[in-house]
Amino acid sequence: MSIGAVPPRYRISIDRDQCMLCERCVESCPYGVFRSSDGRILIDSRRCTACHRCIAMCPRDAIDLKERPVDYRSHPLWTREIRESIYTQARSGKIILAGMGNALPYPVIFDRLVLDACQVTNPSIDPLREPMELRTYVGKKPSRLEIRKDEKGDVELLTKLSPNLMLETPIMIAHMSYGAISRNAQLSLARAAKEMGTYMGTGEGGLHHALYPYQDRMIVQVASGRFGVDIDYLERGAAIEIKIGQGAKPGLGGHLPGEKVDEDVSSTRMIPVGTDALSPFPHHDIYSIEDLKQLVRSLKEATEWKKPVFVKIAAVHNTAAIAAGIARSSADAVVIDGFRGGTGAAPKVARDHVGIPIEAAIASADAKLREQGIRNEVSLIASGGIRESADVAKAIILGADAVYIGTAALVALGCRVCGNCYRGLCPWGIATQREDLVSRLDPETGSKQAANLIQAWTHELSELMGAAGINSIESLRGNRDRLRGYMLDEGLMKVLDVKTVGA
Amino acid sequence: MCGIIGVIDRGRKEMDGSLIRRALSLMKERGSGEGAGYAVYGCYPEFKDCYALHVFFDDIHVTKGALDETLRRWGEIVHDEEIPTRDQPNLRRVHTPWRYFFRPDPKMMSWSTSPEDDIVTNLVMSVNTEKKGALIFSSGKNMGVFKASGWPEDVADFYRIQDYNGYLWLGHNRYPTNTPGWWGGAHPFNLLGWSVVHNGEITSYGTNQRYIQSFGYHCTMFTDTEVVAYLFDLLVRKHQLPEDLAMKALAPPFWDEIDRMEEKERELDTAIRLTYGPALMNGPFAIVVARPDMMLGITDRIKLRPLVAGENGKKLYISSEEAAIRRMDPEVGKVSMPRAGYPVIGRVES
Repeated sequence: MSIGAVPPRYRISIDRDQCMLCERCVESCPYGVFRSSDGRILIDSRRCTACHRCIAMCPRDAIDLKERPVDYRSHPLWTREIRESIYTQARSGKIILAGMGNALPYPVIFDRLVLDACQVTNPSIDPLREPMELRTYVGKKPSRLEIRKDEKGDVELLTKLSPNLMLETPIMIAHMSYGAISRNAQLSLARAAKEMGTYMGTGEGGLHHALYPYQDRMIVQVASGRFGVDIDYLERGAAIEIKIGQGAKPGLGGHLPGEKVDEDVSSTRMIPVGTDALSPFPHHDIYSIEDLKQLVRSLKEATEWKKPVFVKIAAVHNTAAIAAGIARSSADAVVIDGFRGGTGAAPKVARDHVGIPIEAAIASADAKLREQGIRNEVSLIASGGIRESADVAKAIILGADAVYIGTAALVALGCRVCGNCYRGLCPWGIATQREDLVSRLDPETGSKQAANLIQAWTHELSELMGAAGINSIESLRGNRDRLRGYMLDEGLMKVLDVKTVGA
Repeated sequence: MCGIIGVIDRGRKEMDGSLIRRALSLMKERGSGEGAGYAVYGCYPEFKDCYALHVFFDDIHVTKGALDETLRRWGEIVHDEEIPTRDQPNLRRVHTPWRYFFRPDPKMMSWSTSPEDDIVTNLVMSVNTEKKGALIFSSGKNMGVFKASGWPEDVADFYRIQDYNGYLWLGHNRYPTNTPGWWGGAHPFNLLGWSVVHNGEITSYGTNQRYIQSFGYHCTMFTDTEVVAYLFDLLVRKHQLPEDLAMKALAPPFWDEIDRMEEKERELDTAIRLTYGPALMNGPFAIVVARPDMMLGITDRIKLRPLVAGENGKKLYISSEEAAIRRMDPEVGKVSMPRAGYPVIGRVES
C-alpha cells in the first residue's frame, strides 16, 4: 500500500433531520453506498458514482452530494485525473477502461457557431401557420433524372430510385447494442423511433426477438465481431450498417465485459454466457477499400438489393477522403462518428485522445463529396456529441443529411452521464443486464420520454428553420451561409467554410 | 423588394424598348435607384449566329487587350464595338460597356457535345472569376442585357433602350439589400440564352450555390439571382429536363401534396425532390426567366412575392404589378395571379 487510498471523488451526506429512514437509498444504489444498521443509514461515499439515483428517489430531498470534497494540490499540468490514472496503472499495469464520451475539456465547436435569422428583407416563416418540411430521405440518390416525354406530353421516368429510408425528422437513434444497454432500454428507444417516424440502430449485439415488432424501424449493424449476424437478422432490418469504427475509440474494436453477457445477451449475440465480447480492431475481411466494397455488395446481394447499406467510420484526420471512397463503394450512406461519441466501454486513452470533432469531420466530408460532384448521391449522417436541437441544425448546415443521437437519447431515459456503463450496474436500468435493475426502466414510460425529446427537438428545429426563412430541410443542408463562427480561428473557419460573425 | 416585368410576343412580332421602359419606371417604389436593367431577344439580327458578349471594362486601356487575346485564342471576334451610351445626369459612369460578336471555334473543345456553348460558358466563368477588370454579363445569341446602377428610366436612356427591337423583353428595378448595388449586380442575369430577373432573397443560396459549383459553375456576381440562371442551364440544357419539371425541382410541391398524388405522379415528384433537393430554392422569390424560345414566370412555394400574368393576343406579360402591365398594354385581358410554385410559360410559335 505504498500509494495508499486516493481521495474520494464524491461525498454523500444525509440531512438526518429530513431522513425518515425509508431506506429507498439503500434499495436504489447498486454500488453499495448506503447500508442500514441499527436504525441509521450508513454511507460509504467512496463507492458513489454520482448516478443520482438515490437523490432522485429520496422522498425528502435529504441526500446531498459534493464533487471533489477533498482535492489534491491544484496543478495545471498534473491534474487530478492524470495523477489518479498513474496510481491506478502503477497498481494494475493495465489499460484503463472508461464509459461515455471524451472527457477532456476540448473547446466545443458547436458552441462557437451561431445561426442566422431573417429580418425585413425576407420574411421568416411561422411553422404554426405554414408548412415546414423536415422529411429526410437517407440513401442513394441518382445524379440526374432520365425522363422521356411522349408526343402526348406524358412523362415517363426512366431512372430507377434506390431504396431509401424515409425519416419524418432528421434525428435517428444511434447504435447501442443489446448487451451494452438493456432490453428495456432498446425497447424504449425502438418504440420512440417508430412513434416519431425515424429509425434506430441495433449496435453490434444482434436483434433480440422482443424487438422484432419494431424491426422495420431498426438498422441492423454488422461489425467486426459479426455478433448476432445471420441472414434472418439482415432480412429483418430496415437497413444495414457496417461499422468500421466508432468515435469513442477509433481504430479499436468493441468491448462488452463478460459481466453483462447473460443468457439472453448470449443467445442474441451468439456467444457463450459470461465471456467478454471483444470484436476485433479491423474486420478480418476488410483490409482496404475494395474489400469494403465487396462487403457492401455482398450484403446487398444477400438482401436482394432491397435495403440501403450504411458504412460508419470514426472521425479521424483523413475522414473526408475516406468518406469519398466509401461513397463510391455502392454504400448508400456514410455515418461519421465524432470524437465525442459515447460508448459503453473504451480504453480511456483512446476515448480522450483519438479522433476529431464531428463539426470539422462532417464539414470536410461534405466539401470533399461536393468537390467530386457526388455529394447528393450519398447521404451523410453525423453522430457523436449531438446534445440539443441547435447542434442538429448546425450539423445539417455543415453538411449532414441526418444525425444519430446516442447519449442524449439515454439521458432522456434517465441516464445521468456518470460514465460507469462498463460496470454493468446501471441504477437506471439502462446499461445493465441485472434483471432487478433492468425492471426499473419501464419501456412504456421510457419510450414516451425518448419520443418527447425527439418531438421537442423537431419542433425547435422547425422554429430555427422558420426563423431562417427556410421551409424545407434540404435548403438547410450544407447552407453554410446561414452559420457564422464566433471566436473561431481562421484555419478552422476555412475548414467549416463559414464566415466570422459580423462578416 | 424589386420590380420585375417580362413580355413575350409568341408570334415573334417585335417591340421597341420604350414600352418596357415606361412599365418599369412605374414601379419606382420597388427600387432604390441602385440598379436597373433590360434584356432583349432578337436585337442583333445582323449577327444572329454569333454570341453577343456584353462586357463591363473597368479601365479599357488596361483590360481590353487581355480579353481580346483570350477570345481570339478560343475563336473569332467577328465584330466588336463600344455599346452606344448617352450620359445621364443621375447616372455615374463606372464601367465602359462593350460588345463583342464572337464565334467560338468548336475544334477547341471537340470532345464536347455542345462545344460552342461550353466554350462560351467557360469563358464567362473564367473571365468573371479572375476579376481582372472585365466582366462578361451577357453571352447569348441575338440578344443582349443592358444594365447599370441607376433608376430604370436613366438606365434606359443611358443605353437608348428605345432604339432596340425584340420579341421578348425583361426588365428589372432593383432595391438591393443583401449585396451592394453595383453594375454587375443589377439584373437581368444572363448565361448563354438564359436570362433571369428576380424579386426576392433566396434563403437557400448557400446550398444552391455549393450544389451548382460542384458542376463547374462559378458564382461571381455576389448575388443570389445568378444561381438561378445556372440552375436552369444545368437542369434544362445539361440534364435535359422539360422546363415544367425543372420548375418542380426549384419549387416542388410539398410532401403532403405528393403523398396524395396518383402513384405515377408521386413517383416522379419524389424522384425530383430526392435527386434535385439541393436545387430547391427556398425563401421569397418571384422570377421571370427567358430563353430565345420562351418566357417563364414562377414564385416560391408559398408565394412570398407577388407575380401577375396577363395576355393580349400573342403577347404574354408577367410582372410584379398589374399596373405595370397595363402601362405597357392598356388593352390587356386575362389577368391572373399564378398559383404559388406553379409556372406560367409562354412559348414562341414554331
